[in-house]
Amino acid sequence: MAAQIRVLRRRIRSTQSIKKITRAMELIATSRIAKARARVEQSRPYAELMTSVLSELASNAALDHPLLVERPEAKRAAVLVVTSDRGQAGGYNANVLKETEQLRSLLREQGKEPVLYVIGRKGVNYYRFRRQPVQASWTGFSEQPEYVHAAEVARTLVNAFMVGSDGEIDEDGVKGVDELHLVYTQFRNMVSQTPQARRMAPMEVEYVGGESALDATSETATGGATGVTPADVREQSSGPKALYEFEPDADALFDALLPKYIGARLFAALLDSAASESANRQRAMKAATDNANELIRTLTLEANQARQAQITQEISEIVGGADALVSSGSES
Amino acid sequence: MAEMTVDLVSVERKIWTGQATFVLARTTVGEIGVLPGHEPTLAQLEDAGVVRIDTTDGQSLTVAVHGGFLSVTPDHVSILAEFAELSEEIDVNRARAALDRADESDPEGAAARARAEARLKAAGAQ
Repeated sequence: MAAQIRVLRRRIRSTQSIKKITRAMELIATSRIAKARARVEQSRPYAELMTSVLSELASNAALDHPLLVERPEAKRAAVLVVTSDRGQAGGYNANVLKETEQLRSLLREQGKEPVLYVIGRKGVNYYRFRRQPVQASWTGFSEQPEYVHAAEVARTLVNAFMVGSDGEIDEDGVKGVDELHLVYTQFRNMVSQTPQARRMAPMEVEYVGGESALDATSETATGGATGVTPADVREQSSGPKALYEFEPDADALFDALLPKYIGARLFAALLDSAASESANRQRAMKAATDNANELIRTLTLEANQARQAQITQEISEIVGGADALVSSGSES
Repeated sequence: MAEMTVDLVSVERKIWTGQATFVLARTTVGEIGVLPGHEPTLAQLEDAGVVRIDTTDGQSLTVAVHGGFLSVTPDHVSILAEFAELSEEIDVNRARAALDRADESDPEGAAARARAEARLKAAGAQ
């Protein structure tokens, strides 16, 4: 009896300390969502300016930059997956990895060989466990990405893309790619974050009302956009045109801007993923805290019952003993 | 006095916005000075360069700009940069350290050196 109470008390204590941890993680995640959202807002002016400059250029430059031209016989396609560094984030990583698997099988059906690029320790571990080759990986910034990180990843990917599947990136004979795809988690709102697969390159050029506009969506995308939506581009390009002077010429500017545009888009995707990761973690940790509370409640009830039963038993033992003494005394 | 709106925007945030009378920058093809009423221009700035903005209240801002572009319309100047730092925000010691660390031999190091030099120049320490 006493042993049972002791066991219950011990379980209550350990549940309480787990609750403290999950509660702290929940609070941290909540504040990180707000921070990540604020940073998405802060990065918007750049994205908007970039888009207006690009649409200005698009109508003046020859649209034959490698990043814009579809390659007829694409053989290898890079798939960049954005996962988190730490777990405890509910289905966040599982969802994004599932989306990646779908994209990879789609690419294989199209006769392209998917090449993996991974951001986040969880994704790295996932593919290492399955013994799948990963071309390159970056870890350590999934929760608070900086532009330097995005720029570095973008540089690697754009390099591989510019080389193409026929060329080699370095002396090791690693081949380049013909397409760049990105799988990340879009932050819709606090309760809904959806994994998204989209193509970063080649970008598609759409002609709207005689004006060309850059359309960064792709056939693998299922809606939404990072930072800049195609609608923005169209809106910008349909505005009144000023006749611009270009320094150096429009084509050279275009060449310089496009890789930066990819970097900025990647940065927006990283921020969105960071917000989604925190939102998922916040939700998972809230559920864990609630469960701990529930468990503590039931265990406390059980412990009280056990204590009460022990007291009742002791009383009846005393009463029984006294009765026995009284009855034996009256006989003598 | 004629004035124009200047936006200085980096990828991570809007760094400065306000009224100005003059902007001086160095593009890949040469130096450019922008006064209000300048003809519309798009220009690529030097990879690691310094931009000067003279504000309407007589002050002069110096900014280290990396990977920047300049977009000019008659009453508006936008500076798009991968990284940008106002002179007063620049950590001179860190820039010096970066300069010392930079290895000239490989292109990465040369770029890092150029960036550190631009930062020191903007901070007025060189």
